[in-house]
Amino acid sequence: MPHANALYGPLDPAPDAGYEDPPPRMGFFTDTSVCIGCKACEVACKEWNGVPESGLDLLGMSYDNTGALTANSWRHVAFVEQPRSAGWATPAFEGDPDGPAISPVTAAAGARTSTDTGTDPGLPPGSPGAAARMSSGPEFLGMPGAQPPGRGSGAEGRTDFRWLMMSDVCKHCTHAACLDVCPTGSLFRTEFGTVVVQEDICNGCGYCISACPYGVIDQRKDDGRAWKCTLCYDRLGVGMTPACAKACPTESIQYGVLDELRERAAARVAKLHERGVPEARLYGHDPNDGVGGDGAFFLLLDEPEVYGLPPDPIVTTRDLPAMWKRAGLAAVTMAVATAVAFLGRRQ
Amino acid sequence: MAEAHPVGFQWVMEAKRRGAKVFHVDPRFTRTSALADSYLPIRAGTDIALLGGVVRYILDNELDFREYVVAYTNAATIVTEEYADTEDMHGLFSGFNDDNATYDQASWRYEGHSQDQTTRDSETQRETAAGLENESHGAPVGGETERDETLQHPRCVYQILKRHFSRYTPEMVERVCGIPQEKFLELAQAWTENSGRERTGMLVYSVGWTQHSVGVQYIRTGAIIQLLLGNMGRPGGGVMALRGHASIQGSTDIPTLFNLLPGYLPMPHHAEHPTLDKWVDSIAHPGQKGFWGNARTYGVNLLKAYWGDAATADNDYCYGYMPRMTGDHGTYQQVLDMIDGKVKGYFLLGQNPAVGSAHGRAQRLGMANLDWLVVRDLFEIESATFWKNAPEIETGEIVPEKCRTEVFFLPAASHVEKEGTFTQTQRLLQWREKAVEPPGDARSELWFFYHLGRIIRERLATSTKPRDRALLDLTWDYPTHGPNVEPSAEAVLREINGYDVATGRPLASFTEMKDDGSTLGGCWIYTGVYADGVNQAARRKPGSEQSLVAPEWGWAWPANRRILYNRASADPDGNPWSERKKYVWWDPDKSEWTGYDVPDFEKTKPPSYRPERDASGVAGIAGDDPFILQGDGKGWLYAPTGVLDGPMPTHYEPVESPVRNPLYRQQANPTRKVYTHPINTLNPSPPQEHSQVFPYVFTVSRLTEHHTAGGMSRTVSHLAELQPEMFVEVSPELAALRGLTHLGWAHLVTSRAAVEAKVLVTDRVTPLRVDGRIIHQVWLPYHFGFEGLVTGDSANDLFGITLDPNVLIQESKVGTCDVRPGRRPRGPDLLDLVVDYRRRSGNLVHRYPPMVTTDVADSSSDQEA
Amino acid sequence: MTDEKPRGRRGDGGERLTVPPAEFASYYGRPVLKPPVWKYDIAGYLFTGGLAAGSALIGAGAQLTGRPELRTVGRWTALGGVAASTYLLVHDLGRPARFHHMLRVAKVTSPMSVGTWILAAFGPLAGVAAVAELAPLLPQHGVLGLARRIAPPIGNLAGLGAAATAPALATYTGVLLADTAVPSWHDAYPSLPFVFAGSALAAASGVGLIAAPAAQAAPLRRLALAAAAVEFGGGHQLERQGLTSEPYTRGRSGRLVKAGRVLLAVGTVTALLSRRSRVLSAISGAALVASSVATRFGVFEAGRASARDPKYTVVPQRERLSR
Repeated sequence: MPHANALYGPLDPAPDAGYEDPPPRMGFFTDTSVCIGCKACEVACKEWNGVPESGLDLLGMSYDNTGALTANSWRHVAFVEQPRSAGWATPAFEGDPDGPAISPVTAAAGARTSTDTGTDPGLPPGSPGAAARMSSGPEFLGMPGAQPPGRGSGAEGRTDFRWLMMSDVCKHCTHAACLDVCPTGSLFRTEFGTVVVQEDICNGCGYCISACPYGVIDQRKDDGRAWKCTLCYDRLGVGMTPACAKACPTESIQYGVLDELRERAAARVAKLHERGVPEARLYGHDPNDGVGGDGAFFLLLDEPEVYGLPPDPIVTTRDLPAMWKRAGLAAVTMAVATAVAFLGRRQ
Repeated sequence: MAEAHPVGFQWVMEAKRRGAKVFHVDPRFTRTSALADSYLPIRAGTDIALLGGVVRYILDNELDFREYVVAYTNAATIVTEEYADTEDMHGLFSGFNDDNATYDQASWRYEGHSQDQTTRDSETQRETAAGLENESHGAPVGGETERDETLQHPRCVYQILKRHFSRYTPEMVERVCGIPQEKFLELAQAWTENSGRERTGMLVYSVGWTQHSVGVQYIRTGAIIQLLLGNMGRPGGGVMALRGHASIQGSTDIPTLFNLLPGYLPMPHHAEHPTLDKWVDSIAHPGQKGFWGNARTYGVNLLKAYWGDAATADNDYCYGYMPRMTGDHGTYQQVLDMIDGKVKGYFLLGQNPAVGSAHGRAQRLGMANLDWLVVRDLFEIESATFWKNAPEIETGEIVPEKCRTEVFFLPAASHVEKEGTFTQTQRLLQWREKAVEPPGDARSELWFFYHLGRIIRERLATSTKPRDRALLDLTWDYPTHGPNVEPSAEAVLREINGYDVATGRPLASFTEMKDDGSTLGGCWIYTGVYADGVNQAARRKPGSEQSLVAPEWGWAWPANRRILYNRASADPDGNPWSERKKYVWWDPDKSEWTGYDVPDFEKTKPPSYRPERDASGVAGIAGDDPFILQGDGKGWLYAPTGVLDGPMPTHYEPVESPVRNPLYRQQANPTRKVYTHPINTLNPSPPQEHSQVFPYVFTVSRLTEHHTAGGMSRTVSHLAELQPEMFVEVSPELAALRGLTHLGWAHLVTSRAAVEAKVLVTDRVTPLRVDGRIIHQVWLPYHFGFEGLVTGDSANDLFGITLDPNVLIQESKVGTCDVRPGRRPRGPDLLDLVVDYRRRSGNLVHRYPPMVTTDVADSSSDQEA
Repeated sequence: MTDEKPRGRRGDGGERLTVPPAEFASYYGRPVLKPPVWKYDIAGYLFTGGLAAGSALIGAGAQLTGRPELRTVGRWTALGGVAASTYLLVHDLGRPARFHHMLRVAKVTSPMSVGTWILAAFGPLAGVAAVAELAPLLPQHGVLGLARRIAPPIGNLAGLGAAATAPALATYTGVLLADTAVPSWHDAYPSLPFVFAGSALAAASGVGLIAAPAAQAAPLRRLALAAAAVEFGGGHQLERQGLTSEPYTRGRSGRLVKAGRVLLAVGTVTALLSRRSRVLSAISGAALVASSVATRFGVFEAGRASARDPKYTVVPQRERLSR
């Protein structure tokens, strides 16, 4: 008897997947407010999991030369330069003889770049116009004014500045669309509630890639199979911390029992609000959200889409019963139409 | 710090979590700035002006920790009336000698002192980087000092300091550094408010501070502030030097330097130290106070460790075998000597000067003129392939078929493939196990040197020549193990620790060392690391299972002390300054010093102890003198001797600067080390003409993703892909000015080289208003070279060679350049471009900037245009 | 192409967007989603699978209404369609040699798994039905003669079986595309099965009109009309789903969808007018087949375009949040 929330809503995924008396659900809490962008998570992940190189091109997206989560990058550190206040800090460039911010222009340039990540679809180029608005700041698309910089009062120049960094990873959704749509059973739910691809089963049908609402899972070229973060299933099994969390120097990536992480995260948000960072918010922590809550959730300092995350993802299989109904109706319509066509008057 | 030391930065984040306020001063906004509470953009090379501003702010507002300052520093000490300050001499101190651009330090001495006869002249000190000897102890001063504890005497250090820094006003800080006054005041206020009885503040710097022509004085200024605020010898205080590699502290303790021996004993000089007695006296300075009185013991134990049974009292413990310095044998002098054909062979061990050292072209041309070169590294680095792949091949300066250098590349084991210790910035030794066997022919340094020595000794075994005795008499008997015949690193550590010759019992402390040959020890400050025959550096008791000092994690020199001079964490009477900052204190019941850490003081010397008038050595240190390795037991706000470029820090412009020094007529450090050599051209700076040919300031540093010259990161795909191309960061304003576009190309030109890079236009870089002008700065990573998975031009090629006089470290963090859009010319055209710039800047005939510029009108009168 | 768009010009047919499309944040304009990795194999399969399903239905209809030539055409087209489908599906796999891993499980949450089993049922039935058409070529006597006699009834049973599974084969592909995070596919889930059902019938009718004798083509003309009705009915909805309709009306995908519509209209009208003209029948058939190809590729392409632009992911979700 499937759980009432088997496709949507709060759920403990491991028992739902048939585990009897499983260990507590494990996950990641990634606190971007303490991320220093060192990328140790990316490197540790690749070392431990034997993930191949993912391109040697300068992308011009601030210090992000990885670009996105791909089959060959299971952790991805995003960098966003914004002419906005960091909340807690003194305005970075107050009193300096500078002009308006250029980050919209450089973002637009960075959006056009690409690199052969060795994966498919890998890192598609972005839309420069959309990139120019990523800073959520005032719209600005021209080059800085032609007058010699610094001649003005300085008041027109940039003063506030912040540099957001965030280590992205597979969300290990409660309702994982990739797992639901996998036709081979290659993707499975572990006893820890995480979602893992079995590389000896996957036949590279690519369905999971279109199903993921976060754009995480991806196909490796020449190999054909789909790859993503396993939350270091092999390490979890022997009681070890996943490689990325182990390598993170500032505890931006915290690994642990999901319920405990959620409590810790709520306390951290409250503390940041207290310290004058009202824009701190959690993402993916809520079991009532569109995917039943993420196994890997985040503390963000801006809207999710600024980091390349969907603002309100909903697992596609929520609508699956309705889809089958519509398909059934269409099938009947088709059969009836054929019958009518053939049963019409003979000529 | 987040950028170059992300692992260490976790503790800054921890402090931040507990409410610490983090300030970050840097020419560009880095990953550290992103997490800081306040970021101060600064013009590269002006840190003394900023810190001097803080000193003035403290003194003007009387915010110093007065009780600490009076008791523990030399603030009250009176200086001779011969002393004259930069205030009165346009930026020079008294005693300047125009002939050799050095100071006679006699006029800087304390009142009533005569100049120490054993001190070498300033020029020899500069040649031999003698300042390095002071890493573990102060320069010598003799006897008692005259003091005015009211600090009112016009010639007391406190008043001298106040006058010296009186110009460093917030307005001046803004004018010199480009830091708005409000930002400066925020910093000064936070720093001072968080210092005193209840609170301490910490100063952290990295290599960016040392690589300046005034680098030592940068750190001196920081130390002055920390002394004035009572932040030395106390928990949460200090001046923290973050080193550039895993064991840089270790490689000065047991040095890879030409002028030092283990434990900061100076390398003997051929003329000054002909005998053992002369050598040890030059260290001990007979009659001086403090722990260096025992220098003979340390020297004899070292010689015994080298030559064992052969070293006896009768032969001065084989002192005659010691190599001697004849002058400057520093790395830059050697490179110029290579170019001139004076050096025939060279060993490079884990170093990549073709990319990592200043003036890369000089490095490569020098190496191309050797007979042989041995390169030991993990990968085939640029310094091993310059003869076939250097940029000079394209320009025709090196022809592979004709290059005479025979290069031997020997693969080296990495740190996970060999055992040993790392010594980090806290002087903490941490033992490292071997995780995996080195691949193929890769071997440890220990293996290489042991077997090199063994083979040489075997070849010389039958030699009767006296000159070979030094090698043949060495103790060279380390046990080996394994299929690779690897020497035992623990056996080496035991010898470094020292032991009783007769019984073999490891020494527990350097105080057990004898100067009669009955003990030996390879590095006196490390004695105790093998106490009780146990490798103390290998201790790994988790912090959660011990006190906050964590004394059972690794081992720190000296004597496992975690904070040096920690006697200063108690007041003169021996009581903690405050409950909150309690650390080490006097226990009157037991009549001994006690606390969380090992007291850095004689355990039973009471606070009330006062030495006899003529007491010397350790006995000369009073019960309230915490700085026990200083001759007067005091922290030095003012250095009466030993610092070659002045008793107090003074802002001088970098050797290459677009700006006339706004503070003094003296433009740059007048005692800097300059090499006049045809290859070492320098860009003109004010008051010279044509400085506008190189109008922009450039600075270089690291990215988190790469390591130094890239030998360990550009060769590894998981790192190389994270920062895959050479780039230059420019402000939007400079980009507009010079027509640079994001992700387009630019090239930078100096009178040495032109290098190209992809352009990153970023809001993180800002122009600064300096002395009424707009100054543009650009930043480059120095990781790139022509080998590896990702390649690019080397930023260090842009630099010329100018050194700090105290320690001979090069100014490779700031220079001037021109910035042009597009790629640089190729082949001989590249040389033509550089020559053209040299012609335009009037530098075709190798004019060097004048050492002294006090005769040229200062900037304030000629700048308002 | 997707930005700097004056607000409200398009894509808001009837409903106002609370967040104008021109103002949304993204990470360097990069897609939030991974665009589908399916190659044109899958677009082709949408067509061949539909063609096979429609043809099986026609074959059964002809069988039951005594139109042997049309039956033969239907059965062979069904077999050809399903054979091509199988090839395309296997070819699209990242690891074609592992195609049989599809048969490890049966998952109702995976439309691809469901489709695999539908195809597994349909394929052999369609095959048997088509092969049975070869019975007249067999000798009259002997073992083969026996086969010659029993083949037609088996073929008839198989033909009816194939026809029974055919509607599922034609319409499950709508769910296959819709059960993804691809905005323009997912949001179209109410319409896609109808568009695909109509398109399948149109394609099959088209082949029939080309191949079958005009005398037996009357049901095909009616079927073409029905197909057009179903597809237009369903397709109309594609443009009523807000911002994510945009790819169905603009760009390459929009042009393909539009071409499909025009061809469908032309094909249907021509079919109705063709009567006994072989030439007109063939023209109308070709138009119908082409319409189906265009529609399938158009829908396929629209999904890819919608996944490639973060606008289609972010804006509707923002809109949902602000409601």
